[in-house]
Amino acid sequence: MTQKKSPLFLYIILTVTAILFIFPVIIILVNSFKSQFYISDQPFRLPDADTFVKFENYINGIRKTDFLRAFFYSLIITVFSVAGILFFTSMTAWYITRYKSRTSALLYYMFVFSMIVPFQMVMFTMSKMANILHLDNPVGIIIIYIGFGSGLSVFMFSGFIKSIPLEIEEAAVIDGCTPIRIFFSVIMPILRPTAVTIAILNTMWIWNDYLLPYLVIGNKYRTIPIAVQYLQGGYGSRDMGALMAMLVLSVIPIIIFYTALQKHIIEGIVSGAVKG
Amino acid sequence: MQKNLKKYFPVFVLPALIAFLISFLIPFLMGIYLSFTEFTTVSDARWTGFSNYIRAFTGNSDFLNALIFTAKFTVVSVISINLLAFILALTLTRKLKGTNIFRTIFFMPNLIGGIVLGYIWQLIINGVLLRFGVDITFDAKYGFWGLVILMNWQMIGYMMVIYIAGIQNLPADITEAARIDGASDSQILTRITLPLLMPSVTICTFLTLTNSFKLFDQNLALTGGAPGKETQMLALDIYNTFYGRVGYEGTGQAKAVIFFILAAIIAGTQLLITKRREFEQ
Repeated sequence: MTQKKSPLFLYIILTVTAILFIFPVIIILVNSFKSQFYISDQPFRLPDADTFVKFENYINGIRKTDFLRAFFYSLIITVFSVAGILFFTSMTAWYITRYKSRTSALLYYMFVFSMIVPFQMVMFTMSKMANILHLDNPVGIIIIYIGFGSGLSVFMFSGFIKSIPLEIEEAAVIDGCTPIRIFFSVIMPILRPTAVTIAILNTMWIWNDYLLPYLVIGNKYRTIPIAVQYLQGGYGSRDMGALMAMLVLSVIPIIIFYTALQKHIIEGIVSGAVKG
Repeated sequence: MQKNLKKYFPVFVLPALIAFLISFLIPFLMGIYLSFTEFTTVSDARWTGFSNYIRAFTGNSDFLNALIFTAKFTVVSVISINLLAFILALTLTRKLKGTNIFRTIFFMPNLIGGIVLGYIWQLIINGVLLRFGVDITFDAKYGFWGLVILMNWQMIGYMMVIYIAGIQNLPADITEAARIDGASDSQILTRITLPLLMPSVTICTFLTLTNSFKLFDQNLALTGGAPGKETQMLALDIYNTFYGRVGYEGTGQAKAVIFFILAAIIAGTQLLITKRREFEQ
């Protein structure tokens, strides 16, 4: 390739852009160690002897928002919802792809249809429904998430299952396998790459989700996004120091998750976007 | 196989289907019905025809303002995000060394949740505006550009990786051939790379379009609609209509149905474009 611009010039541009991208995260990190009265007024100043408060903001913030509990709720809800989505929607997707009937086709289109409906369309009736059925607790909300996640997940699993040659399953039938055995010992292992993609997409969504858990369980149980929003409180009274510390604590798990699974996450999200 | 499978319906389909019915399908159908009624708790619904839909537009100008604000925001975001993401993608596919690190950094903001993003940017934007003695709630244009900057920061990296994947899948021999024939860099870009990348452009355009159009968390955290309700987008306006005061639940539901129809039109357009392209090939 011929290159008119020198690589050095490109590197400088890229580095400046990269700094711009990291800058906001650095700002909240720096401010989380400053006294709350020096944050809004001078956010771009480093802490000095007068403004440095060590971990005081973190201690305050964790106490005010009950952050450790929020972290625990977020973790439990995300892990079990994603596990439930993977397990149940892969079964559903396989059945409605392999068993050809009008019901199967109708179900498929209903799942696909749900992907385009904005949350605001169902938020009121869904939270009432959750209330009536006593799903307004950290266990019940998992069922809600399985229902909401099933659209995209069934769609993506079905797309992949269509590409699996039928001969594999027919051979298993001849060997006398029941559909349950076929699914769990033949199909499930093949689904792994798609399952990773679906797991990542759903994890990012559920972990960061604010409005759904706020409406369904927000009165009694706070997940991380709800805890951060709760700290906002009334204007004037808010503790900027605690807010900065909680923002940092919310970002840390994401950065760890991202660093550990970076390649899978980028690939998963790209293929999810291309198929969805 | 077919006969064999039939009786397994309860095992394979029922669990997901029940969850789907409870959390989506029944609430969706109820939502459509309730948009034609007056209610406060669902069970006291009284049929009122289209009056909620009329009230959505005539009760006050909130919904219309939110629609206009959302439309402007969406147009500006879609163009800026895609333009910048495309430029970054072109730069990072120039066979430079160490581009993976940049790719990782640019993509990172996409994983941070909307509420957290909103407060991060509120601090920074207010910090800058402080030098001029104002804050983000001073004027709607600050909130507007604040949201645009936030959205760019969040989505550029995401769109960039889709464009990179598209560019890497381009057949290298076509550009090589064009180069041998004496085509310039800009000719290769506009006559070869861009036309071949149209599928990626469609995907990215619609992803940024739907994400901007349905934006809620970022809007709530960054400005909360302030000043007044001037920076309130559609999703936030619907939320406030529902939960802001008693007696407007029906209007809120009618607004939500309109919101859904608009989102469906966007999705339908995308499907049409994609299908037409597949047909042409």
